[in-house]
Order: sequence, then structure tokens, then C-alpha cells
Amino acid sequence: MLGRVEKKYGVVVIGGGPAGMGAALGARDYGEDRVLILDREPEAGGILLQCIHSGFGMHYFREELTGPEYAERFLQNIIDHDVDILSGSYVSGVVIDSGGSKKVRVMSESHGLITVETNAVVLAMGCRERTRGAVRIPGTRPSGIITAGLAQKFVNLKGYLPGKRISILGSGDIGLIMARRLTLEGCHVEGVFELMPYSNGLTRNVVQCLEDFDIPLHLSTTVAYIHGRDRIEKITVAPVNADLKPDMSRAWDVPCDTLLISIGLIPENELTQNLGIGLDVVTGGPLVSSTLETSMPGMFACGNVLHVHDLVDYVTREALLAGRFAGEWAKGVRRPKDNIRLVPGDNVRYCVPHTLSPEREHTIHLRCKAAMKPCKIRVGNLMEKKLRFVFPAEMIMFKIKPDLLDKFHGDTLRIDILPLEKGEKVD
Amino acid sequence: MYDVAVIGGGVIGCAIARELSRYRLSIVIVEKFEEVGFGTTKTNSGIIHAGHHSPPDTLKGKLVVRGNKLYDRLCKDLNFGFSRIGELVVARSESEIPELERLKKQGEAKGVPGLEVWDRERLRNAEPNLSNTLVAALHAPSAGVINPYELANALSENAVDNGVDLKVNCAVEKIVVKKGFFTVHTPPETIKARFVINCAGVYADKIAGMVGLRDFTIHPRKGEEYMLDKRLKGLVQRLIFPIPSKNTKGILIIPTFDGTIMVGPTAQDNADRDDASTTYEGSEQVFGFVSKICPSITERDTITEFAGLRAVSSTNDFIIGPTRIKGFINAAGIQSPGLTSAPAIALYVRDILKSEGLVLKKKGNFKPHLPGPPRFASLNYEQQKRLVEKDRLFAKVVCRCELVTEAEIHSAVDHGARTLDGIKFRSRAGMGRCQGGFCSSRCMDILSKRLDKPFEEITKRGGDSWVVRKMTDDV
Repeated sequence: MLGRVEKKYGVVVIGGGPAGMGAALGARDYGEDRVLILDREPEAGGILLQCIHSGFGMHYFREELTGPEYAERFLQNIIDHDVDILSGSYVSGVVIDSGGSKKVRVMSESHGLITVETNAVVLAMGCRERTRGAVRIPGTRPSGIITAGLAQKFVNLKGYLPGKRISILGSGDIGLIMARRLTLEGCHVEGVFELMPYSNGLTRNVVQCLEDFDIPLHLSTTVAYIHGRDRIEKITVAPVNADLKPDMSRAWDVPCDTLLISIGLIPENELTQNLGIGLDVVTGGPLVSSTLETSMPGMFACGNVLHVHDLVDYVTREALLAGRFAGEWAKGVRRPKDNIRLVPGDNVRYCVPHTLSPEREHTIHLRCKAAMKPCKIRVGNLMEKKLRFVFPAEMIMFKIKPDLLDKFHGDTLRIDILPLEKGEKVD
Repeated sequence: MYDVAVIGGGVIGCAIARELSRYRLSIVIVEKFEEVGFGTTKTNSGIIHAGHHSPPDTLKGKLVVRGNKLYDRLCKDLNFGFSRIGELVVARSESEIPELERLKKQGEAKGVPGLEVWDRERLRNAEPNLSNTLVAALHAPSAGVINPYELANALSENAVDNGVDLKVNCAVEKIVVKKGFFTVHTPPETIKARFVINCAGVYADKIAGMVGLRDFTIHPRKGEEYMLDKRLKGLVQRLIFPIPSKNTKGILIIPTFDGTIMVGPTAQDNADRDDASTTYEGSEQVFGFVSKICPSITERDTITEFAGLRAVSSTNDFIIGPTRIKGFINAAGIQSPGLTSAPAIALYVRDILKSEGLVLKKKGNFKPHLPGPPRFASLNYEQQKRLVEKDRLFAKVVCRCELVTEAEIHSAVDHGARTLDGIKFRSRAGMGRCQGGFCSSRCMDILSKRLDKPFEEITKRGGDSWVVRKMTDDV
């Protein structure tokens, strides 16, 4: 129920975006009927609420929805299933007593400072955008340099434009979506400047948001200087050399009144870190077992706080699973510890979860370091899966069946992405 | 007609105005930006120097030690963040040790308390994260850190509480000298005053030029600073200085009052008085140097960077005093250690005014105190609970990176914030890792409501620093 908070829960979910909503439903479906979602925004739904474009739900619902529509389906489901939601709340910490019971400290205007006791916690705080400060862009510090997500909030939720003449640094999906959105609002988008030789956004977004609107995408190019005293007036952009440093001899100026920053997302794990939970330095998210449990017993993680996903549909699937395992935990089910460790090998940036157990089927999420086509994923000597291509912007997923793991006797399983050998073909 | 017009609402102008507000005088601060402290002050490193660095035969050398001592009282009165964390000048080789001894002697001669040379072992125990190649250090326990913008805000607010007029968005364009008074022309206001105090920072020579004084020039010296992620909080306990060079105290490791580590500044002579840009060279210089002193600091942890302009005068010293234009007093060339010296400069200027014929009579009703901001994040749970019982908006978090509540944003507006930067400098909202990505829009909502201004008229820091445009405008 909206705004209701009991003293004790089986599962408390921190974050009311797609991950948090999915986790709450996962716990509820398992049969845990004491579930609370704590969300910091005035309304649950997370960043989906400002994503008014379509393209959500094609995998999970098999239909194309807008962000708010996708959120609405879950929200309705949650309300129907009698999950409690406290929006406008902030979790200032979790105190874990010696018996393993967790006390979640919550701040909210409606309830003041309260403590909620729970058996299990699901971390679903999502991620934040990297800012100008995360990369060195020389120049002045005028207004008009904002993250693409903040621009999206201004346009879609507040009804204001971030400016009229827009440049975009980085080709993350939000930046690409905003290039189209602002063009539709009558702004002029000068171009998207991407440091890497490939786009960091989904191919469909490059096609539908840039190519369809004749917005240039300058690969291997970066913003080398920002000009303007009070408000940004222009940027100097330059192609980069092999060391990713700008080649100023080939630089040119682009007048603009706004620079959107879309250079990647960082899982928001400050709370996680304060609890002493182990993090993966590559994903920026917690290290998790095959039940999506962190190094802190009874604390689970899913969605973009765990690793940055490309599609919300996959967040939902992962979240349902995390919620289910949190529900189990709340009911006292303790599974044996995983005994296989996954190790990223050739051309694998990371894989999640970090460990496996032979008792169940697992979905492995991973990202490659460099684009490769065609290629194959090799999992130890257990299996190979051929792929037409892999691309850093797109998450790779595959399943490992328990019977395969039954045959495996080692304790570390290495995953590689390799070029096809002579004679091998993608089916 | 004012008795005194202070040109420039930086930390120096505000300190002078606040000091003069103890007396029965009519005073005005004339500031060109939207808020005070938006020039050199906001980019200051925030160090309250012990005073051993500057030579005793200079004016800055004389005022710095006195200024340092005045900070305890000032902080008690105005409740800005101030902490005497101490300072270490570190020697990277045996050959640098004599310089530590020289600084120690210089400091002792000036009355700097507690100076001690630490050997390698003592340094390692006190600061285990510094490079193990360092051989010795000079420890100065009286050095401290403050947030410079907080000080400027507190001084100006207290001055205003005591009757000083603050005129913002008033860039001085012309000063007319008449017998016995000055007319200071700014686009929105014309201000008459018997005395003018020139605290115009990097523009002080231009202001002096407006009354025909051309005996000094100001040469801005740019300093770039890099703010690091809170992850590194506690990496060093004290201010870490290298052995100083002729022009600068060098690149420092600064644990700011709030615990965030800041590294810098560079020292680059700049022709442009408004060019506070950062550069590739600057970041390379800062991180290249700092990593030698403290190997765990890398550029990767930067959350933001900025640059400021020191107002270096042609004499390389403070230029404070009366001029051949009767009633026109300079407080110019205030480079480092200007922040430390500020309270001493205020007293020094007061005495000059007195000897120039300004009658100083103490007010009976001077209010020296300001409560200071609530700083919710720094309180313990019980204290936080008490605040929330008084005002539920203390339980409504606006900036999650720095844990700033809505009550604190309102307090910032109550205490003079008019822009997003004004809110940031008073409450820390927007100062953390996400750099305002999540809270800017909410701070703008609150500003818009409280100032009764449309959302699109809220600026980052006044002037043309608009944030959004209305959708219905022609595009």
C-alpha cells in the first residue's frame, strides 16, 4: 500500500525503479507477503518515468511500451499484490545485528526518521551518470553542461529545454535518445562526439535517433575545450590519436549553447560500500553469488546497481530472480554455497553472477571488451556458443544447464570470447 | 551618502565591511556578481596558514600570523566550518631539510606556535599514506582549513544584519571624485560615499585607475584545483605542502573542512582577468606531482575541477593603505595568504580609516553572532532525530551524494542564496559525486518558489548563466 510502513518485513527493497519493482514482485510471487519498497523519488517507477520514448518491454511483454507504461504495469501489479511502497524516502544506512536481522534506517518527510526491521534486503538503487568531472575536459565552467539524463528530466518531466543549440559528448543511449528528443522539440543538435571508435549506445538507437535525423556521429572524437564565461558558447572538438588524446592539429570549433554529457553510468553503491560489501571493480556493483546474494548474507542486488544493463526487460528478469531468492531467505531457506567461480577471460570485460552452483540453470550476463564478428563464447571446456557479433554496448546473455555443471570438477570456470576457427560457422 | 563604500564582495571586502559594522557608520558593499564570494574567493584553497611561509619584512608576512590567531574568535562568532588540522611541509630529499629549518626559524621569529621538524619515522606514523621516500617534514599545528565561500557568506550576512547594505549585480564602471566624496557609478545604481575601499581583487588596478591612480598593476595568477571522490576521505589528516618555490607554495594535498580531498593549485600567470579555465597541462602537473607525495591519489578519483585567479600585485605584496586621493583606500594585491590575513586586514583597514579621519564610534547593538548552517549530515542520529522532530523537512533528502535535506536548502535561501551555486556553497547540495545531476532540478524548484521567480529564470551563478529555456520560446 502506498505510504504504509510496518515495523517488520520479510524483504525490504531499496529502490523503486524497474529493479526494485521486479524484486518486490519476485519476493511476493515466492510467497513472502511482507514486502516493502523504499523509493527516493516522489513516485515509484525510477528513471522509466522520464523515458517517454517507446522501445521498452519487447522481450518481457512482447510488445512495445513507453517507459511510463512499462513502469505502470509493474506498479499496478505491486499495488494489487499488496506490497507496501514508501516513496520520497531515503535509506541512510542498514544496521545488521549479530543474529543477522537487518534494521534499515529510513528518512522521509511523511514518517520522519524511522527504523524498519527485515530478514532480507534487496539493493536496487540503480545508477547515476558520469559527469564532466569524471573525464578531463579543459576549459571554463559555464552553465549549460549537464548530463543527458538531467536534460531528459527537464524536457520530459518539467517541460523546459536545456538549450537550443546542442552538442553531445558520448554516445550513451540517453544521449542518443535526447538527440532525437531535442530535435523533435525544435532544437538544433550539432553532433554527437564519441571518444571510442564505436558507439556506446545500442545500434537501434544510433539508427533511429541519429541517422534518421541526419545528426552526425563523430567517432574517435572528443571535446577538447569548453568556451564561455557565464553560459557555454562553443566547444573545440578534436579527433583522438591511438592513445585517446586529442590531436589539436585537426581540431575544430562547434558553436553551441548546451553540451550534454552521455559518457556512461556508474552503479550507485555508496550504501553498499558503507556496509562493507565486496564490489567488483569492473562493474562497480557488488560481487554476487548465483542467487544474486552479496557478500553480506541476506542482502541481494539486482538491476543497474549490480551492473549496467542495456535493456530494462533484462533488469526485470534479473530482479524477479533476486526477489525470489530474497523471499526464500526471508522464509528461512538456506541454499548451499556456490562452488564454481566464474573468471572473465579473453575479450570478456566482466560476467555476472560471479559464482555458480551446479544445482540450477543459470543465466550469465557479460560484456565484451571489443567488438568481434563472428565469434564464439567458450565456457571452460563445457560449452561453446557461436554469435554473429558481439559489441561492447550490448549485453551478452546465455544459459548454462545444470547437467553441464554436474560434469565440471574444477573450481574456476573461465569464459572467453574467441574468433571462430577455420571452417566454423554461425548457424 | 554612505560613510564607506567597499568595492568588491570577496572575502576581503566582506571582512572589512563586517568589521566596520561594529561602528556607527553607513556602509555599502558594491559587488559585481549575483552573490558575494563568487570571484576569487570561491576558488580559494581554503587554507588558514600558520604563517611561516611568508617573509617577515612583507606586509603579508606581518598580517598572516595575526590573521591566523583571529580565526578562533571569528569562527566562534559566525559558526563557519573551521578546523585546525595542522600542516606538514615535506622534504623529498636530505638536501631539502635545511629549507625546513629555515622555514621553522622564519616562522618562530614571527611567532608561529608549535613548529617542529619531524623525522621520517614520525612522519610515517602520522601520515602513513604519504610516499615512503619522504625524509622529513615541518609540522605547523596552527594551520587549518575553512570553506572560503562559507566565510564570505557569513561575513556579509553578519554585516548586513548589522546594517550594511549589500548591492549585488553592480559592476563599477566609473568613479567620480568630488571634494569630500566619491560617486560610484554602476549600471543599476549610483552610490555616493565619503570613503571608498578598493577590494576589487583581480580588477583592483582598474578600479584604482578610475580615480587616476596608476601606481600598481594586478597580474592574475591562475590556480587549478582538483576535487577528489569522498572515497579518499581520511587519506591524509593534515595539509601537505612541498618545499615552496619562489612564486608559490606549490601543489598541495588539502583535506577540506568537509573531509573531501582536494589537490592543487597550479600557478600560471594569466593575461585574461576572467579566464578561470582548467587545462590538460594543469591536471598533468597536479597529478604528476601529487602522486610522488601520495601514491594512492590518481586522476581517476576526480569528481570536479576548477580554477581561480590570484590577484598578484606588481609589488608581489599586499597593497593596503591610503592613496593620494583622499578617502580612497586600497586593499589590493591580496594573494596568498590573503584568506588567512582577512580578519587582520579588516582591522588594519579600520585603523587606516581612523587615521584618515573617519570617526569610529562603537554601536551599542552590534550583533556578532550567526547560527551557521544546520549541517545535518555531520550530526549523530540522536541530533538528527531532534532536528526532524522540529521540522519534518529535515527528513526530506534533496542531495543524496552529500545528504542535504530540504530544510537545509530552505535555510540556504533564508541566508541569502539566490542561485544554484549559492545553494551549493551554503548547503553542499550538488557538490558531491553526481555534481547536481539529481538535485539541480529540485533546488531550482525550491529557488523558483521561494524567490517567486519562474523556473527558467533560475541561474547557476547569476548573469547569463541560465539553466533552461521555456519550451514555448521560438526555436
